[in-house]
Amino acid sequence: MDLSAIDPVILIASLMVASTPILLAATGELIVEKSGVLNLGVEGMMITGAICGFAASVQTGSPALGFLAAMVGGAALSMIFGLLTQVLMSNQVATGLALTLFGLGLSALIGQGYAGMKPPPTRPLDLGVLSDLPVIGKIVFSHDAMVYVSLALVALVWAFLRYTRAGLILRAVGESHEAAHALGYKVVRIRLMAIGFGGAMAGLGGAYLSLIRVPQWTEGMTAGAGWIALALVVFASWRPWRLLLGAYLFGGITVLQLNLQAAGVAVPAEFLSATPYLVTILVLVLMSADRSRAALHAPADLGKTFHASS
Amino acid sequence: MKRRTFLATSALALGLAGTAFAQDKVKVGFIYVGPVNDGGWSQHHHESAMVMKEHFGDAIDLVEQESVPEGADTERALTQMALSGCDIVFATSFGFMDPTINVAKKFPKVKFEHATGYKRAENVSTYSARFYEGRAVQGLLAGRMTQSNVIGYIGSFPIPEVIRGIDSAFIHARKVNPDVQFKVVWANTWFDPAKEADAATALINQGADVILQHTDSTAPHAAAEKAGNVYTFGQAADMAEYAPKPRISSIIDNWAPYYIERVQAVIDGTWESTDTWGGIASGMVKIGEISDAVPAEIRDEALALEESISSGAYHPFTGPLNKQDGSVWLAEGEVADDGTLAGLNFYVEGLSGEVPK
Repeated sequence: MDLSAIDPVILIASLMVASTPILLAATGELIVEKSGVLNLGVEGMMITGAICGFAASVQTGSPALGFLAAMVGGAALSMIFGLLTQVLMSNQVATGLALTLFGLGLSALIGQGYAGMKPPPTRPLDLGVLSDLPVIGKIVFSHDAMVYVSLALVALVWAFLRYTRAGLILRAVGESHEAAHALGYKVVRIRLMAIGFGGAMAGLGGAYLSLIRVPQWTEGMTAGAGWIALALVVFASWRPWRLLLGAYLFGGITVLQLNLQAAGVAVPAEFLSATPYLVTILVLVLMSADRSRAALHAPADLGKTFHASS
Repeated sequence: MKRRTFLATSALALGLAGTAFAQDKVKVGFIYVGPVNDGGWSQHHHESAMVMKEHFGDAIDLVEQESVPEGADTERALTQMALSGCDIVFATSFGFMDPTINVAKKFPKVKFEHATGYKRAENVSTYSARFYEGRAVQGLLAGRMTQSNVIGYIGSFPIPEVIRGIDSAFIHARKVNPDVQFKVVWANTWFDPAKEADAATALINQGADVILQHTDSTAPHAAAEKAGNVYTFGQAADMAEYAPKPRISSIIDNWAPYYIERVQAVIDGTWESTDTWGGIASGMVKIGEISDAVPAEIRDEALALEESISSGAYHPFTGPLNKQDGSVWLAEGEVADDGTLAGLNFYVEGLSGEVPK
């Protein structure tokens, strides 16, 4: 056993990279759930984004266009969910699960012929002197642009929900769609926009996997990241900054596990891969133990179907 | 329809179906643990199956199922293949072992072939390749090429096949470089590119500058390429798209001759349950081209080792060798027998860490 082999600075830096896909997807899902919609299709949208982004960037040679295509792909898939649940009022849980299965199949279909290819490389941002700072430089200023984009998006979502009128309306729709409807807000339209945003973010998270973190395309490459993102939203009790903390915690577990092994510490891998879910269950139990506080966090109308006539 | 007539008719129908079936082409089934385009293990089985299909042409039917999870789904996939009229089914992953044995009991007339396992039955053959012979060559190259004297090894599952590879690579790395250290990470998967990339990155972060992998994707190569001065080896397939650097050589599985031989045996009606273990000599294990990133004298040394294994002059597990705890495993000049190797479950002396239980 040689724990000194693990350099905490490098560990934190690689943990940030490992966490970025779930952070992006979870930020999107946070907005969706805040609007009162439960979309369990995150995994499907992520993998669709992963292949759309991969295919686009291989064809065009531009990672930026790849990320854009991933957002479009994820959002397009989420619109199927939006149409089914918001317009045709199908059950959100069942539709979300179906979306995941559909996304996995669709991505495998699109991905035929892209296996084994290499995407155009995305280099870390050149931040000059900042990257040369001791410790901080390596942790904070040595990443690719998407890591900073994901952080900025968390901040934006936080500010949006807390300080803007639009954010207030979104939350109102999630808390009580009937009251929001009575006030004259277009509940279905607002929810569709939220779902589309969620899809785009999930797609972005998937593309981060296929374009930067792995980087290559293989079927089923998200390997459950979408489910972790879903668990993460609950873990964070629908708050953006806790989401960031949770993402680094959940993502960090994977990286830490491998680093511990390399350093010669035997940790059962099965236990660690179950940890995010265990922690989420624990948080759920703690939240529901205190009814009055739980009510403050979870959107009251989460997962309920809305129709203007009801 | 009266019951008796019904029985008679269905018996007749069954009989007819039986004759039709017997005259039918031989139907060959394959199940794979990963997608057939994984760039590694499953892809190579698939390609070998394709070579086999080409060899027989229209004389056989080929059915394949990819990404079959190890466990209950395996039995389902195998049962489905047997029911659909397959005469011989190749189960191409270690984890398919028990399901194969279970399903084989239910379909005594169907022949099964299980790759890399150790359980056989009347209608179940096993076949595997002596990958450890290739690992010996990799170990030598790794020991020579490393600057940091730290070599990373991404293991899949702690099964004999993988442990043999680690031991063999380590023995031969130490032989040419007494200071070399191995860091082993168990990914607990055959195929999960994100995890394999993370494992490679963790090893590189801890000073490894050569990465050996016993997982099936090319993700560790991509991670090594990103990190810079790190060398890797193709696993199961050549993975030549990452040559000449980071990929400096590879172990290639060549299953096609075996598949052709076994399917021919079914056609001829001479199929018997056997245990085949081919190596470099029989061509089942091939060493991929050693790239230009390796200096010529090291390449020659590696090729000489390959040659001596191939000719039978040298066995990679030749004593004196001690087990990890220091107890004697093989005395001077003694060679490990196949039985011990098939069930190998311990590290040799010098390796750190424990084999997970």
